Amino acid sequence: MPTATTTMEAPTTATAAQRMRPVSRASEFAFRGLCLAMASVVLVLVLIVGYQLWRGAGHTFHRFGLSFLTKSDWDPNANSFGALPFIYGTLVTSLLGLLIATPLAVATAVFLTELAPNWLRQPLIFLIEMLAAIPSVILGLWAIFVLLPVLNEHVFPFLQKTVGFLPIFSGTSFGGYSVLAASLIIAVMVLPIITSVSREILRSVPDLQREAAYGLGATRWEVTRIAVLSYAKKGIFGAMILGLGRALGETMAVTMVIGNANEIKSSLFAPGNTLASVIASQFNEAADDSYRDALIAVGLVLFGITLIVNLCARLLLKFGTADAGAVH
Amino acid sequence: MKITPLFLPTLALAGLSLFVGTTAQAVDLTGAGATFPNPIYTKWFSEYKKVDAAANFNYQAIGSGGGQKQILEGTVDFGASDGPMSDESLAKAPGKILHIPTVAGAVAITYNLPGVTSLKLDGPTLADIYLGKITKWDDAAIAKLNQGAKLPATPIAVAHRADGSGTSYIFTDYLSTVSSEWKDKVGKNTTVKWPAGIGGKGNDGVAGLVKQTAGAIGYVELIYAVQIKLPVADLKNADGAFVKPSLEGITAATATATIPDDFRFSMVNAPGKDSYPISGVTWLLVYEQQKDAAKGKAMVAFLKWALTEGEKQAKALDYAPLPDAVQKKVLARIETIKF
Repeated sequence: MPTATTTMEAPTTATAAQRMRPVSRASEFAFRGLCLAMASVVLVLVLIVGYQLWRGAGHTFHRFGLSFLTKSDWDPNANSFGALPFIYGTLVTSLLGLLIATPLAVATAVFLTELAPNWLRQPLIFLIEMLAAIPSVILGLWAIFVLLPVLNEHVFPFLQKTVGFLPIFSGTSFGGYSVLAASLIIAVMVLPIITSVSREILRSVPDLQREAAYGLGATRWEVTRIAVLSYAKKGIFGAMILGLGRALGETMAVTMVIGNANEIKSSLFAPGNTLASVIASQFNEAADDSYRDALIAVGLVLFGITLIVNLCARLLLKFGTADAGAVH
Repeated sequence: MKITPLFLPTLALAGLSLFVGTTAQAVDLTGAGATFPNPIYTKWFSEYKKVDAAANFNYQAIGSGGGQKQILEGTVDFGASDGPMSDESLAKAPGKILHIPTVAGAVAITYNLPGVTSLKLDGPTLADIYLGKITKWDDAAIAKLNQGAKLPATPIAVAHRADGSGTSYIFTDYLSTVSSEWKDKVGKNTTVKWPAGIGGKGNDGVAGLVKQTAGAIGYVELIYAVQIKLPVADLKNADGAFVKPSLEGITAATATATIPDDFRFSMVNAPGKDSYPISGVTWLLVYEQQKDAAKGKAMVAFLKWALTEGEKQAKALDYAPLPDAVQKKVLARIETIKF
């Protein structure tokens, strides 16, 4: 009933608006202005955050210069601060998390759009959306009680036995608290984002694409690979960028499983730390001005890395799309 | 009919002035700082309502660092900190800041050694473990302190706090006192450059690390160890006696500690056979010269109540009250607050 009335009214209001030109222009102007104002709020917020961080970090960069980015020493007592271990930890955990999550997410999205029977599709989509709704701290607790013991007792010893000659899989771990554990938890967190966005992208691939491929006698795998994935790769890359944004800033769950050691170790079994994690855990009790400033500078570095990574991803996207759209 | 329009606003004005009149006596006191004493401060503020209904306390447990910063900037009426303010910070203050000790706490050493039910440690050994110099549980230094105990030949997994905390301050203060190497290489602070081990967030983070890893050692706030019933090590105190952490042990340490005039004292490794060596007090920070007379008056009245009646509630919440002699000294100092 309500839908019927709205469809009945819609044409009358439209013609009324057309007749009353001046009113329509005013509302058009107001609408544009409102949208512009709302959109500029985001821009202003980013600028304010950037400026505040820049100002707060000024002392630190003035004192340490670029060595703040290249030094590994983090010693509040000696007033010596270097953020390299955190930069390293953030990049390694984010990229590794993305590397683990992307194949899973894309395969899930393909299954959901191309292969899944109807009765399975909706429950699966619902479950994936549920995964995105789990708070970070709950995932962290789950990792401590379930994931870490499994990693420590089964996965790490197995990796050590089979591929232990590689430095990244060498050495012992302390209860599973490690860079690898943090990467895995990040993978779990970005999985739903990449899956959901990829699914939308795959759904938007025109059926004409698929039909054309089938018409050429392609198998299901070939249709998916040639007609669907190739068509959607730009979008899937975009989904990965969204996931990366979440991965770079993830704090709570990472702090809980990474072991918070402010040093760079070659082994993924060793503890590490990230930019977001060190700010969250140390800012509260940082009493000295120089210590506080150093943590704000860490924030600026995180801000900068997020910008640079996103910019690079966008450039890559633009660069890589020259041949996209064309089906190989 | 003519009176009504005039009469109504007059009535409203009268009502407003009545309202303003009663609230003028209410005093809002805001404070911020340490998280460690937050449970007892919250209790004190609600209990104090029964004594003075007009005093509204609003305390934000944002951490000692934040508490020191906010009292320096004058954005709060009082601060709270688990570590004393540095001379450098005090010099920046617009007026003289008083340290008012309130209650004391301790740091317990907890461990996870399957088959070992009691563990004895002394300061230098503990420092060497945290320096990464003693790496095995059957090391000669540990074995010497625990004769007869079956210590495994497993590696020691060292756990410490990842976040800045008053607990770490007291712990590193103790290690600096008992080990010159620790003092030179690491020092004391709410966060330090840990030479060994991995970090957990909060007491629960460290307790979790220790509980899940065989061969682990960690340190947590005494209250936390008591409530979760963690195994705790006996520590050798300055008099050579091995003591378990307890409220009595903390109060004993407070009684024998040397307390300077400004109350910025450390009571780690205090003498006396009952003293537990890793204990410390927590402070409220107030300006000696209060800017607002009403606030100053309410603050002084509250502090006096806290140091007498308030202290009696400490034990129920697992905090150690200050010994009587120290209470008296602090009360005398509270009298010097001007408003």
